[in-house]
Amino acid sequence: MKKLKLVMIGNGMAGVRTLEELLKLAPELYDITVFGAEPHPNYNRILLSPVLAGEQTFEEIVLNDLSWYAENNIRLMLNRKVVEIDRAKRRVIAEDGSEAEYDRLLIATGSNPFILPIPGNQLDGVIGYRDIADTQKMMDTAKTHKHAVVIGGGLLGLEAANGLKLRGMEVTVVHIGEWPMERQLDKTAGTLLQQALEARGLNFKMQKQTAELIGNDEGRVRAVRFADDEVIDADLVVMAAGIRPNSELAEKSGIPCNRGILVNDTLQTYDPRVYAVGECANHRGTAYGLVAPLFEQAKVCANHLAMLGFSRYLGSVTSTKLKVTGIDLFSAGDFLGGEGTETITLSDPIGGVYKKLVIKDNILVGACLYGDTADGGWYFRQVREGHNVSEIRDHLMFGEGAIGDTGHQGQNKAMAMPDSMEVCGCNGVCKGTIVKAIQEHGLFSVDDVKKHTKAASSCGSCAGLVEQILMSTVGGAADVKPKSEKAICGCSDLNHGQVRKAIVDEHLISIPAVMSYLNWRTPNGCATCRPALNYYLISSWPGEAKDDPQSRFINERAHANIQKDGTYSVIPRMFGGVTNAAELRRIADVADKYQVPMVKVTGGQRIDLLGIKKDDLPNVWKDLDMPDGHAYGKSIRTVKTCVGKEFCRFGTQNSTGLGIDLEKALFGMYSPHKVKLAVSACPRNCAESGIKDVGIIGVDSGWELYVGGNGGIKTEAGEFFVKVKTAEEVAEYSFAFLQLYREEGFYLERTVHYMQRVGLEYIKKIVLEDETRRKALAQRLMFSLSFEGDGWKKAIAEQSLKKEYETIQLAQIEPA
Amino acid sequence: MKWFDICSLDEINPLGARIVAGPKGDIAVFRTADDQVFALDDRCPHKGGPLSQGIVFGKQVACPLHNWQINLDSGEAVAPDVGCAHRHEARIENGRVLLSLNSQTGG
Repeated sequence: MKKLKLVMIGNGMAGVRTLEELLKLAPELYDITVFGAEPHPNYNRILLSPVLAGEQTFEEIVLNDLSWYAENNIRLMLNRKVVEIDRAKRRVIAEDGSEAEYDRLLIATGSNPFILPIPGNQLDGVIGYRDIADTQKMMDTAKTHKHAVVIGGGLLGLEAANGLKLRGMEVTVVHIGEWPMERQLDKTAGTLLQQALEARGLNFKMQKQTAELIGNDEGRVRAVRFADDEVIDADLVVMAAGIRPNSELAEKSGIPCNRGILVNDTLQTYDPRVYAVGECANHRGTAYGLVAPLFEQAKVCANHLAMLGFSRYLGSVTSTKLKVTGIDLFSAGDFLGGEGTETITLSDPIGGVYKKLVIKDNILVGACLYGDTADGGWYFRQVREGHNVSEIRDHLMFGEGAIGDTGHQGQNKAMAMPDSMEVCGCNGVCKGTIVKAIQEHGLFSVDDVKKHTKAASSCGSCAGLVEQILMSTVGGAADVKPKSEKAICGCSDLNHGQVRKAIVDEHLISIPAVMSYLNWRTPNGCATCRPALNYYLISSWPGEAKDDPQSRFINERAHANIQKDGTYSVIPRMFGGVTNAAELRRIADVADKYQVPMVKVTGGQRIDLLGIKKDDLPNVWKDLDMPDGHAYGKSIRTVKTCVGKEFCRFGTQNSTGLGIDLEKALFGMYSPHKVKLAVSACPRNCAESGIKDVGIIGVDSGWELYVGGNGGIKTEAGEFFVKVKTAEEVAEYSFAFLQLYREEGFYLERTVHYMQRVGLEYIKKIVLEDETRRKALAQRLMFSLSFEGDGWKKAIAEQSLKKEYETIQLAQIEPA
Repeated sequence: MKWFDICSLDEINPLGARIVAGPKGDIAVFRTADDQVFALDDRCPHKGGPLSQGIVFGKQVACPLHNWQINLDSGEAVAPDVGCAHRHEARIENGRVLLSLNSQTGG
């Protein structure tokens, strides 16, 4: 089949990102031609400011070098400005007469700086701030001239002013508004910003209207005159008073435009063969000027170009970050507030910190931060996810870090960190390494950073910090989606929620069925999606969906934990942490017989035998003759208990008895992630119930239940859930909570994160207020558990499972 | 070239692997979904993890220790990681899996 012809006009970030996404989806579908008006391959326009400030070079900000185009067989027409789209003959014509025919056309012409319609705007030395040529001109002028005037006190204007100042010019920022960046900051934050920039030597002329640019005899600008007749010197005037979508070409060809090329939710213009993405496009009344929404558009557009057509663009919530080194500010969503909104404010003018959070109907709708932006990413996620914050309202202002950040010295200010400081304590990755990787490889997402640097790829506790570093390095271009919006992995564009819904709605009961129904891109998935699919299947259709051991991580497949040297650890179950002399003797005998290098008491009140060879596992289990501890699984781990009233002089309840009953009832439960319980017999809480997925504390009048606690990466105290009278009620409420988590939690999401995502209020509504649903949930859990059992006993009994543990001895085989 | 008849194809699960103890260390023999077999030294080029214990997908395996992805046909790590696991020859004949050690590369 002959390939279709795709022509792209414009060679910028949005367009090229669309091609990258398209090549991932359908590498062979199109012959691609790209027209670029500039002489450069695609570069990171957002980083022009660091280049101007002398912090980076042009070479460092190139995203796709010429070899990328060649490797992907893209015909690249640099230095050729397209001047006509002939839609009847389906071809585009460039200034130099070169032509290209298309089956599909992608317009990604970006935007132009708005040049004020005032006398003198054509003078030499008057420029916009848009591309490498403008930046170069500013850098050259700074060497030979003294006075710079930047018209416009927005994001771009301030970055330009800062850069010119650093290059030695006297800079005045002229702004029509009352404070700088009024579209991103409220008055307080804007004033703080102005003061900080003034302290660096920038001059501000606020609420000034520029009337005229005055030239000298050689036709070069020499002064600026304002409407109030004040005149100031100017050898360079940078117009940064906004951008206008560059839709002229489309308009000329008859494509409807209105402040940008009008596009629908699949980024098609009124001519369905013609697509538009980026700053030139107007989607539902908005032309976006920040890069993150453009990348979202690129993804959808590519999906449609690849003829998959199941993805829609529904608009974006945006966030802003100023790239002026040493000044931290961040804003997102509706930061001004207004009717029906409430604001929480923290203001420390001396310390230079100002934070404002805007809440509407218990949902965070906007944030404006100055001086301390460490939690910008976290607030942005809250805004986008839109869940109820009433439960965390009193510590919302103090950010994610207020909830604890063990292992990173509480370090959470990415900007202030020196390059040599360690970010990822698991893999020993420093901030400098991460910044370098982001710049050299053009990375935009935490996943990319993980792949290239290994930072945040082990325990993940520094992911927030990595995200901040990413945001402070590439600004608004950072792709910081919450897990609920992220694709499950590279094999599909669908997120966890969508995949699970399809499994439930369509009654899918095998991994191949899911992959075929949801058009998986890979024949048998990958190491990320298969375990997730396997879990969703067996938890959604217990008894019907068949477990696929090959889609389980080795620990669950072998029923033991793999260690760094390839040996395994074996932890037999001791219900409620209670054992006896006979079990201890058998453990001691096993330790002797198999020369176990280490015998260790675990935090979950049981005993770990470390360094067992895989071949020995079935025999070790047989000799132990104890139940499978499931210490290896995304499953019920332990129910930790205190001594309780049987022995303890303070105990008010039989905590060991309840713990043992719960652990027996939940035996073999698989879940999105590991689950730990604890039962204490009095508020002294010796079993540490406050940091367990379900923590139970006995009091004289009954039992208190806490949920969503976590003692691991981030220490999270459990939230009070309910108080009940009897042990039966404890079981019913805990089981209902756990089943809800099993049915709705994303794979590898702990209860605390599930709870943060859906909100404790929601969980309370279902489990506490609705007795029918509570009982039904608990019953469904029991039904599910009726299919689960002891992995060790099964592995010993079933002949077909033996080969997992047997090594083939080459020495015993004669060559054929 | 010496070939060893190590087992029948049925004795390796699809998308699974078996360990063969060789004269110079373990060798992992993999079976893909479309019934091709590949053999690599059972050592990830990263930190020596046993590749035989990883999840197999397409023509790749993910190391169980730190999730490096290794190409089964070349032994090369998938970019951006760099490294190579030693390769051996493996093929299927009449439902039997045959292995031939590559002495150049250890095994």
